[in-house]
Amino acid sequence: MRPLTFRRLFFQCFILALILFVAVVVAMKFGAVPVSLYALARDVLRFLLGQTSQISTDYGLILWNIRLPRILLAIIVGASLSVAGTSFQALLRNPLADPYVLGVSSGAALGAILSLIAAPYLSLSPALTALLTPMGAFLGAIATITAVYFLGTREGQIDSSTLLLAGVITASFISAIIMFLMSTLSGNLRGFAFWLMGDLSTPLQKNVYWFLGAGFLLAAGAIYTTATDLNLLLAGEKEAMHLGVDVPRVRLVVYIAASLLTGLAVSVSGAVGYVGLIVPHIMRLIFGSDHRTLLPTAALGGAIAVVFADTLARTVVAPAELPVGAVTALAGAPLFIYLLRRRPS
Amino acid sequence: MSGSSALARNAGDPARYSSETRLSVEQVSYAYSANPSQAPLFTLEATSFQARPGEIVAILGPNASGKSTLLKLISGALAPLSGRILLDGFVTHSLTPRTRAQRIAVVQQESRLLFPAQAWEFVLQGRHAHSRTLRFESEDDVIIAKNALAQVGAADLSDRWMDQISGGEKQRVILARALAQQPLLLLLDEPTLHLDIAAQVDLLHSLRRLAAENRYTVVVVTHELNLAAEYADQVVLMQRGRCLRVGPPAAIYQRELLEQVFQTPLTVALGSSGRPHVTVLSER
Repeated sequence: MRPLTFRRLFFQCFILALILFVAVVVAMKFGAVPVSLYALARDVLRFLLGQTSQISTDYGLILWNIRLPRILLAIIVGASLSVAGTSFQALLRNPLADPYVLGVSSGAALGAILSLIAAPYLSLSPALTALLTPMGAFLGAIATITAVYFLGTREGQIDSSTLLLAGVITASFISAIIMFLMSTLSGNLRGFAFWLMGDLSTPLQKNVYWFLGAGFLLAAGAIYTTATDLNLLLAGEKEAMHLGVDVPRVRLVVYIAASLLTGLAVSVSGAVGYVGLIVPHIMRLIFGSDHRTLLPTAALGGAIAVVFADTLARTVVAPAELPVGAVTALAGAPLFIYLLRRRPS
Repeated sequence: MSGSSALARNAGDPARYSSETRLSVEQVSYAYSANPSQAPLFTLEATSFQARPGEIVAILGPNASGKSTLLKLISGALAPLSGRILLDGFVTHSLTPRTRAQRIAVVQQESRLLFPAQAWEFVLQGRHAHSRTLRFESEDDVIIAKNALAQVGAADLSDRWMDQISGGEKQRVILARALAQQPLLLLLDEPTLHLDIAAQVDLLHSLRRLAAENRYTVVVVTHELNLAAEYADQVVLMQRGRCLRVGPPAAIYQRELLEQVFQTPLTVALGSSGRPHVTVLSER
């Protein structure tokens, strides 16, 4: 018997945080403009000492104004999608559930696009307009997961293959609507590739980062309070109820919070796929399926994965760029097939 | 909200040791219909019985007789249409899931896991209703889980994976998880369904011993006539949603009654243990 202790949890998270740090350093170094590790260390030190004026101007701009914001974005998007995927897997009792596969990301993208279309007609203050897109994405995400849940339910039971099919069909249907909207409407809506594949190259306003970070902590924190309930839900809702889980409450909290995480991520990066599928799976293999460990390690792992994927997206075909979603799909789709084949029926 | 009632029960805890009625099923009925405007597909007519601490009650009957529905009503998972079910004076359906899980443990027919777990992890899940949100398992929880495994003779299974042990071993670990809940009432839905004969006898023997040692009230749904006769203090005989008789096995096991309920010719004799024994006759 080896019950989880705070010490072990902290140690596991610390290791992953170290790996994330290394990933961030690598992501800072590589890019269209190479930066030496020495210059990077010197600039980080000066930044920490508050001597920002002395940061060498040749690539200071690139590091602090382009690469670092993009890395922060990758961290938040990766952590959000990974925690959302972990939650959907437990709630739907399906190891292949993921915001992208279930169509929730596409739903969020559609919600975001509709809010961008509607924004000029609503006379809102600029601050509210900035919040409109994440709100639209959140509503799109929650509407989609509700629809997919009902489509995937037969006689009151979730049927795992029906659920996945419902998700895939919904995703393709919504993608078609997005294509349609993009072709008929012009304006500042970014491109297909952004919404359907995911892309981290668009810089954001500074206050949006705070908003994203706060939203992530709130939603992920809410999910973490149900960590032990999610452990019991793996054995089924009836059994969980008999062991003392307030199933309707947990379901409501986790669906809303996971939709919020998906909505936040999609509103700033589009539909980056498979992160919520691969990362929780790897973390489960390493650390086991206890959600008290799985949720924080999946968050860190998701951050590492997207920082890494985005570094590849920026460098593989440099000076051109791939959308980060293309990189995650290249790795994720084959793994999805592998997991699908291996799954006991 | 559930904390105060849990405290009230633990303070002194008189109910656990008294010989008073613990479970009281009072004129409970239920109707199930797929659509509220339609006639019910299934009804359970008013059923009553009482059970004391340490007693084993067997709910006996053929398929579709309402056994499992009655068990769900007792567990509080379903609300009765009329009547009420009291556990130490509390209506089971009105308890919060958490309080209910502190008092009632349910062993289901099958427990399927999505991701592999070790037996000790599984048994520790029984402590969920007793621990606070996000708390890591305490020393007490670990000791209780170890004792529960030892009580069902499964201490050596602790580090085994749940998907790599036999059906009988799995059933024992599931029972250990129920014991880790430290319930007043233990409900089992056809626990012997997938077990071989040795494992069936073993399980019911453990139940008999546990009910006596821990003063649990045990309610078990089964259609194993002879196991029920051997181990139950009371039998609730059901047929097509009606409760026909309640009483000790000796009073219930009458040839004509059982032949009518189970629709098959049989004989009833007194077994070597002094309890009735049923032989099903093959020729009709």
